[in-house]
Amino acid sequence: MSIEYLGLSNINGPLVVLEGVQDAFFDEIVEFTIDGTTRKLGRIIELYENRAVIQVFEGTENMSLTNTHTKLTGHPMEITLSPDMLGRTFNGIGKPMDGLGPLVSDIRRDVNGLPLNPVKRKYPRNYIRTGISAIDGLTTLIRGQKLPIFSGNGLPHDQLAAQIVKQASLGDGSDEPFAIVFGAMGVKHDVADFFRKTFEESGVADHVCMFLNLANDPVVERLITPKVALTAAEYLAFECNMHILVILTDMTSFAEAMREVSSSKGEIPSRKGYPGYLYSELATLYERAGIVDGADGSVTQLPILTMPNDDITHPIPDLTGYITEGQVVLDRNLHGQSIYPPISVLPSLSRLMKDGIGEGYTRIDHQDLANQLFSAYAKVGEARNLASVIGEDELSPIDKKYLEFGVEFEERYIGQGLNENRTMTETLDLGWELLRILPREELDRIDTKLIERFLPNEPEE
Amino acid sequence: MSRTGTIYGINGPVIYLKGNTGFKMSEMVYVGKERLVGEVISLDKDRTTIQVYEETSGLRPGEIVEATGEAVSVTLAPGILNNIFDGIERPLERIADTGGAFITRGISVDFLDLQKLWDTHLTVSVGDILHGGDIIAEVQETRAIVHKCMVPPNLSGEVISIVEDGRYTIKDSLLTLKLEDGTLKELCMMQRWPIRDPRPVHNRIPASEPLITGQRILDTMFPIAKGGTAAIPGGFGTGKTMTQHQIAKWANADIIIYIGCGERGNEMTQVLEEFSELVDPRSGNPLMDRTTLIANTSNMPVAAREASIYTGLTLAEYYRDMGYDVAIMADSTSRWAEALRELSGRLEEMPAEEGFPAYLASRLSAFYERAGMMHNLNGTDGSVSIIGAVSPQGGDFSEPVTQNTKRFVRCFWGLDKSLAYSRHFPAIHWLTSYSEYLMDLSAWYNENVSPKFVDYRNRLMALLNQESSLMEIVKLIGSDVLPDDQKLVLEIARVIRLGFLQQNAFHKDDTCVSMEKQYKMMDVILHLYTKCRELVAKGMPMSVLKQDHIFEKVIAIKYDVPNDNLQMLDLYKQDIDDFYQAVIERNA
Repeated sequence: MSIEYLGLSNINGPLVVLEGVQDAFFDEIVEFTIDGTTRKLGRIIELYENRAVIQVFEGTENMSLTNTHTKLTGHPMEITLSPDMLGRTFNGIGKPMDGLGPLVSDIRRDVNGLPLNPVKRKYPRNYIRTGISAIDGLTTLIRGQKLPIFSGNGLPHDQLAAQIVKQASLGDGSDEPFAIVFGAMGVKHDVADFFRKTFEESGVADHVCMFLNLANDPVVERLITPKVALTAAEYLAFECNMHILVILTDMTSFAEAMREVSSSKGEIPSRKGYPGYLYSELATLYERAGIVDGADGSVTQLPILTMPNDDITHPIPDLTGYITEGQVVLDRNLHGQSIYPPISVLPSLSRLMKDGIGEGYTRIDHQDLANQLFSAYAKVGEARNLASVIGEDELSPIDKKYLEFGVEFEERYIGQGLNENRTMTETLDLGWELLRILPREELDRIDTKLIERFLPNEPEE
Repeated sequence: MSRTGTIYGINGPVIYLKGNTGFKMSEMVYVGKERLVGEVISLDKDRTTIQVYEETSGLRPGEIVEATGEAVSVTLAPGILNNIFDGIERPLERIADTGGAFITRGISVDFLDLQKLWDTHLTVSVGDILHGGDIIAEVQETRAIVHKCMVPPNLSGEVISIVEDGRYTIKDSLLTLKLEDGTLKELCMMQRWPIRDPRPVHNRIPASEPLITGQRILDTMFPIAKGGTAAIPGGFGTGKTMTQHQIAKWANADIIIYIGCGERGNEMTQVLEEFSELVDPRSGNPLMDRTTLIANTSNMPVAAREASIYTGLTLAEYYRDMGYDVAIMADSTSRWAEALRELSGRLEEMPAEEGFPAYLASRLSAFYERAGMMHNLNGTDGSVSIIGAVSPQGGDFSEPVTQNTKRFVRCFWGLDKSLAYSRHFPAIHWLTSYSEYLMDLSAWYNENVSPKFVDYRNRLMALLNQESSLMEIVKLIGSDVLPDDQKLVLEIARVIRLGFLQQNAFHKDDTCVSMEKQYKMMDVILHLYTKCRELVAKGMPMSVLKQDHIFEKVIAIKYDVPNDNLQMLDLYKQDIDDFYQAVIERNA
């Protein structure tokens, strides 16, 4: 079966064209041998009769129209899977790069995955305590959710992700198997090292499976890295019954890589030069989070993306927000005030929160309290705008209270230490404590009965 | 007879066949060894282009494509309700039974249950002359809905034989019809209809009755008529899906078709779980008994996403033909438009605005025009209402999908980011939204709710508009300098916003509110305004009026007054009168 084709008919950026191919199929993986020594992998992305357009994963350097032998492998992109993947490090297309030798296993899976049938999904309802008030209290993370972090360059999204990993994994003395799949697309070496170090320090390193495509690795590889990582995650979650937290960073590099390949294919661009199928491509990644009926494990995704120029309406964050179940948005202003984590609570949202909190999960007052904090903090913004026009002194007494609330809220509720791990009760009680700053009649989002229970009338002074 | 072609090129969901294959436009085809479902989208002397409704990886040039002779169609028969389908009406439950948790390719399953026996009651007898659309049999499809089997729209003739009432499958012959040309035709419950053709009707009738949703901002402020069209545009996180869910749960339609078009898998699971548990307040049956879900989640093939909207519409029209009021939730039409864009890009068509194909507007108008209150062929009246969510890029309403949708819908429920950020839900902004049905429906409101209803509604709107212009001043100089009557307007507008427009979907009483309660709440709020205005006219400052917390009390009506005890609302008017007296006495 292994016919080798000699030579290529065209090389353009990461794409090569091979003519005279027989019996190739769409999405098939091919193997190149260059000068008889170097080996590279590629994927067929377009097929016209006997002419195949192939995407080369490791870059087309050194390839010429004559020195390349091409072999069809007869299968789509697959990776080898085994529970031994934990504790290992792989490159962007799933080859071990930690010097510990190849994985030994019979299980191989197509990295493209398949859509999960909605009738076989289980609706996620179990919350994950992260120990971070702004997340636990206001945008609760649910097991099986996809909750991206929208960040910007220079903001501490890596620290935040690392803190979530540390605190979510080791909290509550739960004995359920937990592991982390880390997929890096085009990240800097220091970032990869930072995560590796954090995992080691927090003692979870042997529960982490890393797939690294670094900033200077070939661009096309980036397109496959998240798929490889998610295939590993699905295997560990649904076949080994583990709870998997997938961290994908940086989704922006993934989208940029897609744009690059699309333009070298000569496709018609849609928004900002991104191909029309950006939404579908992102969706096939994000939708691979969830819980399957019948398996004990779950895949929770925490993708990180840096918004180009902090613009939340840029196609990448925009399309992501439409697919994911909420978002955690980081804010440069808060970061400037040295508040960590600089989570901008108003645009942040967790869509699955409403079904995973409240009585039986967290506490009966959680939803109302969160609504009240959101609404009060929104009013803080209005009061601040007003103050910037007419001066703080001219504000009404209520608006002044809101300003006071705003400062306290940002410093004490949003702000917390890098290693501070708050319990749910601490977070909720802190919320009530801050609401005391405001006059009672301003608390219009909370059921009257709850106010009486959690905010008993203090003796009038 | 069977026409076939050979695959020549593959580019994502689009494949090309060489030569003139003799295929017809929009014909359904089976592609390759795995028999993937596809549709012919362009023909050329040298080339046939096909979009494939399933993932194409693994296809090879040289594989055979087979024509079916039929346009992409749906199967119409009992068994549609309380079910969940993919974009081309394949039942997902059945796919899960054969393929497991993940949707594999080339699965061939029956569209509807062919084995199930339905208790059938025939409503015609031998010798009857039947025309297209006439009802021949009735089947209790779910506890809530009687399914009326009809003669396919294009047939007519005389009944020459008929079966007894009894239990039949959807493919069993029920009667034999002698057509006008003398040929005999056996009819069963099942019929097929191409998804891109509207089912014929006798004529359209003007909208005259509102689709009551139990949501105050919709029913009172921006109502939609039965047979109407509405768009819900909003950036992510503003609550499009939540609004759609609320309408799907509480609207007084007979049938709900919920199309999850390119949205999240978890959301479809949620609808499925929640609707099976929730009880329809009007019939006492589970909501799923009147609901059909079409799920093409965002990771399912893009071509099927384009088809899912039409699949849903055709199912809706079928139930409309039986005389039911059907409401379609399409979440989201932007994903459908993007599927058009994606396919258009693959076909290398010349893009128009923002990369969307130039035919976007005509496709959207054709879609929304299939809604309407209709007089059916069989003499019944039924309606299809379409409520489409729009996900504008970057939350910017000036993008092509929102703009083109605005041209073809008559209700616009604009969701607002800042309202959503302050968790004011439903985040429908009262200043950007509109409903053109208000005039058409006022007669209904006069007759069924109260002659004062429309007037009250307009007064609330006027107060909200006044608030917005006053806020311009407040933003510059603060609210302290306003005269008391303007401060009162701000305070009443706050009561309207918090106490009336804001509605808590998770509160057992507030999630769905009857028209009577909506009307009485307006009555109380306006009574409060009238009384306070008198006090202000008498020289009482706002600070005095606020001492009694009467405003907070009125805001809390939505939680404090149970839906089954509306007399309590009259007590509130009494309280306001007492408050009036108290203030007068205290400050005399």
